[in-house]
Amino acid sequence: MKVVLPLKVNGDDYEVAVPPHWTLLEALRYELRLTGSKQGCDKGDCGACTVLVDGKPVLACLTLAVAARGKAITTIEGLAHRGKMDPVQDAFDESGALQCGFCQSGMMMSAKALLNERPDPTEEEMRLALSGNLCRCTGYTKIFDAVRRAAQLQAEARRVALGQDEG
Amino acid sequence: MSRTPLHRPSPHESALGHVTGRARYVDDLDAPPGTLVAQVVPSPVAHARITRLDVTAARAVPGVHAVLTAADIPGVNDIAPVAHDEPLLAEGEVHCVGQAVAVVVAESYAACRAAAKAVVLELEPLPAILDLEAAVAAGSVQGDLHEMRRGDVDAALASAPVRLSGTYRTPGQDHFYLETHAALALPEEDGALFIHSSSQHPSEVQAKVAEVLGLPRRMVRVQVTRMGGGFGGKETQGAHFAALAALGVRATGRPVRIWLNRDQDMTQTGKRHPFYSEYEAGFDEAGHILGFKVKTWADGGWSMDLSKAILDRCLFHLDNAYYIPSLYFFGQVARTNTPSNTAFRGFGGPQGMAVVEEVMNRAAERLGLDPAEVRRRNYYGDAPRDRTPYDQVVEASRSARIHAELLETSDYEVRRAEIEAFNASSRVMKRGIALQPVKFGISFTHSVLNQAGALVLIYADGSVQVNHGGTEMGQGLHTKMRTVAAHALGVLPEAIRVMATATDKVPNTSATAASSGADLNGAAVKQACETLRGRLAEVAGTTLGVPPAEVVFEGGEVFARGGAGRKLAFGEVTQAAYLAQVSLSATGFYRTPDIRYDAKAGKGKPFHYYAYGAAVVEVEVNGLTGEHRVRRVDILHDVGDSLVPTIDRGQIEGAFIQGLGWLTCEELVTDAQGRLRTHSPDTYKIPALGEAPPDFRVALLTGATQHDVVHGSKAVGEPPFMLALGVVTALRHAVAAFLPAGAEVGLKVPATPEAVLRAVMGA
Repeated sequence: MKVVLPLKVNGDDYEVAVPPHWTLLEALRYELRLTGSKQGCDKGDCGACTVLVDGKPVLACLTLAVAARGKAITTIEGLAHRGKMDPVQDAFDESGALQCGFCQSGMMMSAKALLNERPDPTEEEMRLALSGNLCRCTGYTKIFDAVRRAAQLQAEARRVALGQDEG
Repeated sequence: MSRTPLHRPSPHESALGHVTGRARYVDDLDAPPGTLVAQVVPSPVAHARITRLDVTAARAVPGVHAVLTAADIPGVNDIAPVAHDEPLLAEGEVHCVGQAVAVVVAESYAACRAAAKAVVLELEPLPAILDLEAAVAAGSVQGDLHEMRRGDVDAALASAPVRLSGTYRTPGQDHFYLETHAALALPEEDGALFIHSSSQHPSEVQAKVAEVLGLPRRMVRVQVTRMGGGFGGKETQGAHFAALAALGVRATGRPVRIWLNRDQDMTQTGKRHPFYSEYEAGFDEAGHILGFKVKTWADGGWSMDLSKAILDRCLFHLDNAYYIPSLYFFGQVARTNTPSNTAFRGFGGPQGMAVVEEVMNRAAERLGLDPAEVRRRNYYGDAPRDRTPYDQVVEASRSARIHAELLETSDYEVRRAEIEAFNASSRVMKRGIALQPVKFGISFTHSVLNQAGALVLIYADGSVQVNHGGTEMGQGLHTKMRTVAAHALGVLPEAIRVMATATDKVPNTSATAASSGADLNGAAVKQACETLRGRLAEVAGTTLGVPPAEVVFEGGEVFARGGAGRKLAFGEVTQAAYLAQVSLSATGFYRTPDIRYDAKAGKGKPFHYYAYGAAVVEVEVNGLTGEHRVRRVDILHDVGDSLVPTIDRGQIEGAFIQGLGWLTCEELVTDAQGRLRTHSPDTYKIPALGEAPPDFRVALLTGATQHDVVHGSKAVGEPPFMLALGVVTALRHAVAAFLPAGAEVGLKVPATPEAVLRAVMGA
């Protein structure tokens, strides 16, 4: 009663055997033990399960695992690259954006998806990108600050990469 | 003290774990192979006699290891925190929809669901009371009533130039912690258990599990690493799920995990208490309150849980920040056939304050005065205007100072004038502005609970573990405790690891609740660290050739006062202490001095001190749709000398938004059968980013050292929640602009767009 499914998660190839009705979130959490993606509501309302599928934000609790076959999945555990933190991670760390932290991986993945798409987002685009992520602790102010900061950090990192950091 | 982390910004102690996804919650833990899962079989009806409960067929479902009912409980079938009135699994009757009738333990949640369907439950319906007003009308109450009185209130009301009377209802609220209830129970040797619980009160989980299993408490250890939010919802009610998992372990010998999905969490657990109040108030023409008579009822749900203490705190806050010369307060807990309501940030305080704020608003509107000015005129002041309704003296009230500073910094007068001009020229959109003060009593009002312990361990390499009785639910308690310990030991915060809260480290702890976590545990941690520092000073003094009193610990270094001479690394001193056979572990303990309350007399000093704050809130209302938004919020809040200002600021922002949710968008709807219809975020609306004020300015009151609290700080968890009451006053201001001059504003809470539209239409 299980299907064997190849999944590409955070750059690694896995083969998981899951019941066909399992969501991507269940496969990530209970088969691959990638528990950074959270189960907050199970119906696509809270955003805590947000992961990237081919760079786009996807609610893993509403996505069947089998539908993710052959696609590149990024979870919070895959944000850091070769031990170096992603600008989104640095920004959320510095900004003191978290309280209980349960919503945070989803918030960060939504922010990452936005910055993939729009390296220099407007305030309105940031609001829209985070509008599907619920937080019960913070009042959102610092989370919003963190996304703004992430955009700055990413822009700085890009300038460094392009060798335009002089002066 | 140049190198202390105290009173300075700090990242959350788990920040790195959270941004990498490595911070674990109960359902993220690696469970051993063979771990089973458990699920509650809930009552489908609000009140009935159980005529048949047969789980034979359910037990036969493939993958099912046990289906347990009240008959399978080896110890006491009770999970109530105080009153012993709440069976863990129903016996004889069910009292609300969602009450646990049985628990299924199986290899998968799918098998649990299948087994739950196979349970034969035959019920004979009984009359159910489903709402608070019906309970009050029917005299359905539980527990003792609570009264406070002063002066001749009837005479004061009779002679008052301005008289108001009415009823007021405040709604319930779901906690909506992002992490739902969860527990993982593991068998240990000799019938003992180790339980990971998402709970604000691990000692109570330990006590209740031990009672249910008929074990002494030493056989049960409970650990809480962190919670994904609590807000009071995990003060008592986490014990239910931990106990069900523990029962599963007892029945199967295997580890058992329980996790509620959002719908189960919302339908099976209690919420903030709705309150219904009847009031009469008298004012003079200058807006001073002269007399206030309130009868209030809390909807306790089907059992007491913490309702008595919540009712008490409501009565303790019917005055908010105002001196009331004559009064009569009456409160009682009503009993309804709904899940047992429980602690929620503010704990009755918001519900009490909401009544007096409604009265202040009505009086100001009646008198044509600025509601902010009416509030200012009623603040506590010098004797005799310094006595609360329960006779505690309000020493040096900070309300007037905060009021003046915030009016200034928020530019209140100018903006109020601008809003009047805007409203005169704008037809569809109207704006409103308000100032909301808060005074909130700090201490558990059941005085014995005001105690805390700590256990600090220093290893020979100079690294430190801090254990304390408080739990981390996102409020930053562990970060504060690390700061207190780092300051006391003179080490860098990074040298300290704050351990998961565990009942085998600090026994008999109180819940992390009543905003008291940092006050109580901070004092205990400080004491333990100072004991250890004293021992280390002896060792270092010998090496440095100075008396112990001359040894300074700072920034990870140990040296003689004045800084001349050798500097030892902290680790060198701890290693020397080990070699000198000096103990490097110590406990700390704290109990709040000088608090007491006589509930029969309604008099005493239940609070160690008061926390203060105020908010200026500006809103805009669309008169065609009732939609509204908060345009700007300015908060000035008193946290004493903040232990960690970044943490306190986060608490203030978050509490305000949670209060905004309670008062404007969160609405619990129960149908005529007593079933909650708003049991997930698709129907229950908590504030999202779009509801947060685009202009949100938070300042901490300066020069506000709090005497006799750890490092001059003050509690912060709950008080700012009530600042959101200002949203209602601001909405009334805007709504009044749509109405004929002098018309009464009838605005109900939650002030959803529907409620605001009704108020605008005068309906």
